[in-house]
Amino acid sequence: MSFTVFATAIISAMLINNVILMQFLGICPFLGVSKKSSSAIGMSAAVLFVMVIASAVTYTIYDLVLYEFDIAYISTIAFILVIASLVQFVEMVIKKYSKPLYKSLGIYLPLITTNCAILGVAEGNISGIWTSSMPYFEGLFLAVSTAVGTGLGFGLIIFAFSSIRERLDSSDVPKSWKGVPISLVVAGLMSLAFAGLVGII
Amino acid sequence: MSKKENFLKGFIKENPIFVYLLGMCPALAVTSTFETSLGMGLLVIFVLTSSNFVVSLVRKWIPNDVRTPAYIVIIATFVTIVKMLTEAYTYDLFSALGVFIPLIVVNCLILGRAEAFASKNKVLDSVIDGVGMGLGFTFALVVIGVFRELLSSGGVMWGNYLPFFVDAPIYLFTLDWIINIFTTGFEIENYSLGMFALPGGAFIALGIILAFIQSKAVKKEEKAEAKRLAMIAEKKRIALEKKKAAALKKVGEN
Repeated sequence: MSFTVFATAIISAMLINNVILMQFLGICPFLGVSKKSSSAIGMSAAVLFVMVIASAVTYTIYDLVLYEFDIAYISTIAFILVIASLVQFVEMVIKKYSKPLYKSLGIYLPLITTNCAILGVAEGNISGIWTSSMPYFEGLFLAVSTAVGTGLGFGLIIFAFSSIRERLDSSDVPKSWKGVPISLVVAGLMSLAFAGLVGII
Repeated sequence: MSKKENFLKGFIKENPIFVYLLGMCPALAVTSTFETSLGMGLLVIFVLTSSNFVVSLVRKWIPNDVRTPAYIVIIATFVTIVKMLTEAYTYDLFSALGVFIPLIVVNCLILGRAEAFASKNKVLDSVIDGVGMGLGFTFALVVIGVFRELLSSGGVMWGNYLPFFVDAPIYLFTLDWIINIFTTGFEIENYSLGMFALPGGAFIALGIILAFIQSKAVKKEEKAEAKRLAMIAEKKRIALEKKKAAALKKVGEN
């Protein structure tokens, strides 16, 4: 549990294995809410928030319940139920205790249940980090660090992309490329640029 | 809507990927080859048809307030079945698709069909809808997969991930022999665009295909617009001629 482990996990999840450009998770919000920078920031804050909590909870459940009782094969069902109820729960809690936070994140929270980035990171933690010999807290720490890095990477890309898109709207694009096609090509170029970061660790 | 229309609508008119942009994550992630696209499509057909069947079967007993969680549990059950079957029989496909098999649960297409169609329609109609929409999804995935594999390797292979019908991987189709009709010693591997197998190429390939589809729509719109303008001009001409005739008549009377 050192700072190096934390930093390595964050950089690798944020820049090298970027959740949108390299793993293709969370494409729907990437194309859906990236029209304005303000909504992009709200969405990515909500995703970061839920992703960290969901990773910690799903990792704990897998290690202490599902593996312990030898029912690891129902992990998908368990995870999606946990995430769905967690989102509901988080929404209720921040509604009660922090009105300003609810105002800025509230409308994005219901959308997050079907955001594949959350479930994808939870599943990725199990297949990538979890082993039966790993101590519980060490694995939990790694899982949470990965979730923080993934959430930050999601925010970075969605914010950069929304800024590009605001300029794209006012530029002269051929009619058949307007809208989604040109956005996808821009995302492809961003992805090629990020492929250059492979190998910095 | 007749049963045939219900079945066919998923291919072109309401294609989940090309028209509604649903299920974009698998459309980008698993389409680097033809086989992985086909495999993903088959899994989605199975899950979509069975979940539509069960949702439609129990639609009257599920309280309205908890319907989304209930649908998610039904879908997740079938996804778990599919995951186990793939792991048992086609392990290469299982490891190639990786995290995207459990992620079928959150594919907007499946939840969307359960919500929009199966929860309101009879069992048989829902099954037909599931098969049709699943085939439409598979069709779109295969189009993207073939496009990317052709550009990135110059041919389409069979047998790497889906080890059925053949003993060793074979080429279903390569560009070699078409070009070798005109010249000799041409090898497509030297001219392939490896970029399209990378994540960046996935975005660009899908962008090109969507732009092609959009260009068809734009052309159709332009044609309709030209037709409308021509019709207005024709009407104006007729009205003007009538006026002229009336004026001439008046002159003649005087």
